[in-house]
Amino acid sequence: MNTLSELINYRGLLLAFIQRNIKIKYKQTVMGFMWAIFMPIMIVISGIIVRNAMAMLSGKTVNFAEIASVSVKSLPWAFFIGALKFSVGSLVSNMNILKKIYFPRVIFPLSYILGQLFDFIIAGVAFSIILALAHIGGSIHLLWLPVLVIFLILFTAGCGLILSCGNLFYRDVKYIVDVVLTFAIFFTPVFYDAATFGRWESLLLLNPIGALLENINAVVVLHQAPNFFWLTYSGVWGFGLFFAGWFIFHKAEPSFADKI
Amino acid sequence: MYAIEFNNVWKKFQKGEKAHSLRDGIPMFFKNMFSGNKESRELSEEEFWAVKNVDFRVKKGEVLGIIGPNGAGKSTILKLLSRIMKPTKGTFKIQGRLSALIEVTAGFHPEFTGRENIYFNGSVLGMSRKEIDARFNEIVEFSGVGDFIDTPVKRYSSGMSARLGFAIAAHVNPDVLLVDEVLSVGDMTFQAKCTAKMRELLNSGVTIIFISHNIPLVQSLCERVILLNKGEILKQGDPDEVIPYYENLVNAIREGELKRSLDDEDPRLEVKDRILIRIPDVTVSDESGIVKENFKSTESLRICIDYQAWEKIINPIFIINVVRSDGVICFACNTLDDNYAIESIEGEGRMEIRIKAPKLGPNVYYVKTYIMDRDMIHPYAIAKKGVFTIDTIKTIDKANAVLRVDSIWSHQKKK
Repeated sequence: MNTLSELINYRGLLLAFIQRNIKIKYKQTVMGFMWAIFMPIMIVISGIIVRNAMAMLSGKTVNFAEIASVSVKSLPWAFFIGALKFSVGSLVSNMNILKKIYFPRVIFPLSYILGQLFDFIIAGVAFSIILALAHIGGSIHLLWLPVLVIFLILFTAGCGLILSCGNLFYRDVKYIVDVVLTFAIFFTPVFYDAATFGRWESLLLLNPIGALLENINAVVVLHQAPNFFWLTYSGVWGFGLFFAGWFIFHKAEPSFADKI
Repeated sequence: MYAIEFNNVWKKFQKGEKAHSLRDGIPMFFKNMFSGNKESRELSEEEFWAVKNVDFRVKKGEVLGIIGPNGAGKSTILKLLSRIMKPTKGTFKIQGRLSALIEVTAGFHPEFTGRENIYFNGSVLGMSRKEIDARFNEIVEFSGVGDFIDTPVKRYSSGMSARLGFAIAAHVNPDVLLVDEVLSVGDMTFQAKCTAKMRELLNSGVTIIFISHNIPLVQSLCERVILLNKGEILKQGDPDEVIPYYENLVNAIREGELKRSLDDEDPRLEVKDRILIRIPDVTVSDESGIVKENFKSTESLRICIDYQAWEKIINPIFIINVVRSDGVICFACNTLDDNYAIESIEGEGRMEIRIKAPKLGPNVYYVKTYIMDRDMIHPYAIAKKGVFTIDTIKTIDKANAVLRVDSIWSHQKKK
């Protein structure tokens, strides 16, 4: 694969871009890198509030495992929407560089996604410590977590590649993505469990992110083996979308400077 | 051994803003995706060739200049060479690492400090971290940014960031260097530094493609020059041979523009309460009376002023100013100073002035004609007509001087 070996040659630049994106995000802020932890904490807190409200309405009480599952699902979700939001506009917002200097253009969306991954890892470490202190415990099934995270990254990268490239030709894409991401939380089992919907559960899990989140919840909080059907399903989506994105992106790449 | 081979390259561009609608765009996208790159030579209505069958080779260590009027396709060629754009047809090959001195601040992030931008922009330009580390001090010193190196670039003056940008780009050490009009950065001191750096690069055996409108600089730096016009190579070869073609081409464009603007201007000048006299035409011809537009510097001129007077005008005074295209009055004559008294004029007539070899420098000129009353207070008529060009023959007149005088030099040594 020609395009891949070229990217490997430019890995130094990819790293420089990732560093730039991470640094820029927290420039001229008081909290600096602490935002990488505070942002997910705020999402988790709002998740817990929503969860409590739902429980109150249905007259149940919230147990600790449920709160833990809200936090565990919030982090990958924050990664997914953050990575998409930044990567969609990545080609257009770097128009200056794109029109003047050549290097593999995948560096633009990938650097934003990997920059977001950095935040994800920081937040992940912080939350693991909290969960460990809260005696959530672990099991052999935790070994599935890296696999699930890789699927998540591939799926996110695939989306990012296709959408950033689409946004270059039609700026409508960014607006559509904004709207979809705003409402996506209602259709994705982040603050609730897919199982609450009974026989409609499968419908919710058709959303690959939903399937991934439920499996992450299963291996981290519930100490269960992942559901292998949905694991395969999300894996196929992850790899499929990534390769489709890679292919489409490189097909469109030669006309970027002409059409931007 | 060629450093650059540019084989019959064509590049198509689109005119206008029109983006394809989604309805056309999506099927087209899939068609392109599966049919590969099968772009035809045909142009649709909104398209034009920015680069048309351009073919050249550059030897290792050679310095090639590309000149041409605006819109000739010079920058497009650089964009093709730096792989930012893909040719519609044709291929090219480059040996070694390529770097471009084009809009040197493109990779800057305003929020980054000078230091951070050196590292980031350096890697965008293809330097490794180690290389940047090694040249960091040199870059800072060259840029003259000094103590501001840890200040965000957004607080820099535009000159400072341009200088820093140039300093980074000039320290990349490529095998092939593309330079596009960047030597006009900063003040005189910095420009002198830039030119010195360019010469240093030149002597280091780097292959350079140099694009500039600064003709004297092209002449002194380049071994070979390509003249482009409207996307095509008009001429290539020795600078002294090609540059006159360029100057004549530019003068022809200037002449056309000047004529158009003078034509637009005329009616406004003639608006008066009552028009007594009009100057319908002013022509410039050579000694034998042949009207033409292009003259040699050594040729004598005959300027004819046609007038049309509806009433009798007593003792009019005719004045001509020969004006260069940039507005400098090069010489002037009038009937009063030349002791040529005219009793009166009425009806149609023609006034002729002979000018013996004015020795003007190569440029575009026009004749501004006045017909004044005898006290030289009130102009009856003013006309800006009679555009002509003095052609460039050899590459002289670097100073763009008004006159070319016959000069004889001699030299003595003091004992």
